[in-house]
Amino acid sequence: MLSKRIIPCLDVRDGRTTKGIKFKNNVDIGDPVAMARHYYEAGADELVFYDITASSDRRNILIDVVRRVAAEIFIPFSVGGGIRNLNDMREVLLAGAEKVSVNTAAILEPALITAGAQAFGSQCVVLGMDVKRVTPSPTIPSGYEMVIHGGRTPMGIDALWWAQEAVRLGAGEVCLNSIDADGTQAGYELTLTRMISEAVSIPVIASGGAGTPEHLHQVLTQGRADAALIASMVHYDTYTIADIKDYLAQRHIPVRLVW
Amino acid sequence: MIVIIDYQAGNLTSVVRSLKALGVEATVTQDPAVVAEASRVIFPGVGAAGKAMATLQELGLDQALRQSFRRGVPILGICLGAQIILEHSEENQATCLGLLPGRTRALSPAEGLKIPHMGWNQVRFLRNHQVFKDLSEGAEYYFVHSYYPAPAQTAMVLGVTHHGREFPSAIGWRNLVATQFHPEKSGRFGLQILENFLAWDGSDAE
Repeated sequence: MLSKRIIPCLDVRDGRTTKGIKFKNNVDIGDPVAMARHYYEAGADELVFYDITASSDRRNILIDVVRRVAAEIFIPFSVGGGIRNLNDMREVLLAGAEKVSVNTAAILEPALITAGAQAFGSQCVVLGMDVKRVTPSPTIPSGYEMVIHGGRTPMGIDALWWAQEAVRLGAGEVCLNSIDADGTQAGYELTLTRMISEAVSIPVIASGGAGTPEHLHQVLTQGRADAALIASMVHYDTYTIADIKDYLAQRHIPVRLVW
Repeated sequence: MIVIIDYQAGNLTSVVRSLKALGVEATVTQDPAVVAEASRVIFPGVGAAGKAMATLQELGLDQALRQSFRRGVPILGICLGAQIILEHSEENQATCLGLLPGRTRALSPAEGLKIPHMGWNQVRFLRNHQVFKDLSEGAEYYFVHSYYPAPAQTAMVLGVTHHGREFPSAIGWRNLVATQFHPEKSGRFGLQILENFLAWDGSDAE
């Protein structure tokens, strides 16, 4: 039986790992390569790196991190943040990432999803979605709107429609982040996650709001997610991945227990 | 010389790095003449069967692989490499290499199950094999695929996995073994499989 995946997310800025609350006030919490190695050994099923480097040399810094991580861990990992074109995707994949996540660029230029899927295969192309709750309207009937630029720019695009459109264009997986829940540690956005997961045929990774193992249980059952992204709850040693998996296994959620 | 066959079907970086972690330098090649001199062949790949077969034929690698199989060289197929060693694939209705009898079939969607089958799952090994020894009970392996290999002979099915229904996830015959999952992305146990393959003499004996 396919296991539900538990995926630590590392926000990387200038080659270091940070964690922000609602995308602000990032604080340095460590070396991404050492953290990747730690989570690999601690039972992570996959890792996500999200690059928020602003400097002009960001590409080289990021590729160096990806290359060093790939030499240390032998589970899949994806890289996102600032991926603008096919060449950015190629560099990250050749440096050793299994998947590349496109977010802002995919909305601004949807053909990038198709081009990436054709060049590298759908399984490499993760659609990153940053979503904000709004009052339902004729343009946003689901009540969930796509936002870009790290949550600052609302796009006037319905999240449900966009997820389905991205699947049609060739995305292989969705990483669904709720801006409202992000960094709160108050639980995932269950309504949003369930709505998207039931609407698409590809796997959905829920992101934003994890604070306790119960939150993961909720999103993997009520939210129908295939995988759950975690950050603060493991970065600050509040829980180990083994703690979370034991909790889920006791409640009959299939998880990978031997590693 | 350990050769990884590059037929433009996906990213071989992780296979190369896994071998490097085991202390082994492999040669990545598109050249049939290099494959002909290999003492061991790894045949990875992701993507569509039709395009992969066309590229193999264009590069002359289809014949090189058949010769390696006949020479008794240990061969490890991974993912797409586990599919196109059969005679035919439902994906693109492609005629494949035919190293083993059988067909590659589509996973059928079932209630609540997603296709592709992406993530970690267990393999129930049906028979002892040198390549699949020293693996822990309950170990899981990383999959990402929409098709699976169905060899014509049940003796060629070495392991099965459940996703809606059981399908062959490890197959083999004589000097050929192949996994639908990715050992290079399957953590410690995946590395163990690669290490076992590197030590295997290619015999079918248990």
